[in-house]
Amino acid sequence: MGLGPSIIDVFLEYWPIFLKGAIGTLRFSFIAVFFGSILGCLVSFLRLSKIKVLETVSSVYVTVLRGTPLLVQMYIAYFFLPIAFPIMNNLSKVTYVLIALILNSSAYVSEIIRGGINSVDKGQTEAARSLGMTAKNTMIRIVLPQAIKNILPALANEYIAMIKETSMAGTFMLYELMYTRVLLANKFLIWQPLFIIAGIYLVMTTVLTYGVRMLERRLSVSD
Amino acid sequence: MIEVGDVLIETKDLRKSFGDLEVLKGINEVIRKGEVVAVIGASGGGKSTFLRCLNMLEEPTGGQVIFEGNILDAKSTNLNLHRQKIGMVFQQFNVFPHLTVLDNITITPILEKKVKKEDAEKEAYELLRRIGMEDKANEYPRKLSGGQKQRLAIVRAMAMHPDIMLFDEPTSALDPEMVKEVLEVIRELTRSGMTCVIVTHEMGFAREIADRVLFIDGGIIVEEGTPEEVFEHPKNERTKEFLSKVL
Repeated sequence: MGLGPSIIDVFLEYWPIFLKGAIGTLRFSFIAVFFGSILGCLVSFLRLSKIKVLETVSSVYVTVLRGTPLLVQMYIAYFFLPIAFPIMNNLSKVTYVLIALILNSSAYVSEIIRGGINSVDKGQTEAARSLGMTAKNTMIRIVLPQAIKNILPALANEYIAMIKETSMAGTFMLYELMYTRVLLANKFLIWQPLFIIAGIYLVMTTVLTYGVRMLERRLSVSD
Repeated sequence: MIEVGDVLIETKDLRKSFGDLEVLKGINEVIRKGEVVAVIGASGGGKSTFLRCLNMLEEPTGGQVIFEGNILDAKSTNLNLHRQKIGMVFQQFNVFPHLTVLDNITITPILEKKVKKEDAEKEAYELLRRIGMEDKANEYPRKLSGGQKQRLAIVRAMAMHPDIMLFDEPTSALDPEMVKEVLEVIRELTRSGMTCVIVTHEMGFAREIADRVLFIDGGIIVEEGTPEEVFEHPKNERTKEFLSKVL
């Protein structure tokens, strides 16, 4: 009983599979965070609104999605959505998992945006309103441009976190990096792919983390 | 048209509570066009809250604020429109850090009064010239000193052509050497006939420029009168005690 082929041998032979998996991971993560951001924006505005009902609803939404495991949310999306909403029956299986990822991401993004908006000094809003600026213009022209500086790096970090989270999507046969394990297990390669996968995740998150740090430095220059 | 001497802003039994804490306990005050009113008093006495109620930055919990005949705390009132005519200058300057000096001044006239960009900028340059900052027009506020930021905040409010200017401790956050240049701009403003309400700890300045002084303590106007009456011959014990500490 040997260990079988080395990690390097496996990588050299099957690198296109890993590459496709890595691209899948980056793509699914991007889709999740991109649409999660749009949805998260709406949720954060509801949460910051002064209308009590909307505030409560969005607060519950965020609490539930952040307080339950993503894997459970994926299972619910995968098995429950097609039964509950027959219209969605025709959608591909990928879509259900993506919906779970997007909703999950939207909860985190809404907190990022809320935090970014709250980080802007209250005096800025007061100054704008005292000049007679409307609430809408104050938000769009005064608060958000200043909040974006805090929001952008946090959003990038959310993307990095999502790269790791999407590994769970492989459970549902989504072609992302973790799914390559299943493909190679069919060829009786069990342990080598795991180290290769871990290495690729590490490279992706490290490079992106470095990129975020550069971004933060550039944004803080304008202070 | 409002003439000099007409009532510009009036409060009737103005009250404000934060939770259980009643900060304003019924203030009745009339401010007339062209008046310069200095508001003095110890910290926590309610003088800043009083000022902030005048443009509804603090929503009163009781009573009325009537500006140019309009009840500001009525639901039907278009507050934004009236706020355009009530300029405010803050202790912490609150200039917009993401906008150039020029844009700080022009953004609200362009957005809310639909002033043409060229006209707004022409006027902004004129205002900057008056405070000796025209060379800073394209700088961002981070390059400005505290005194320059506060002068910018003053002309930013002026660009809306307000009928009254409110100053909330405009020199309290400044380094001592910059107090003078800001007070000079305010002095100019009062000389031009602008109605001003100034919450300040600068007793000398209050005495010099004010037509009337209000001493607010414990949420009420304890004493009011000309600077001479209040500073030289205070009648109330609390006024005397306060003045003996600060003069």
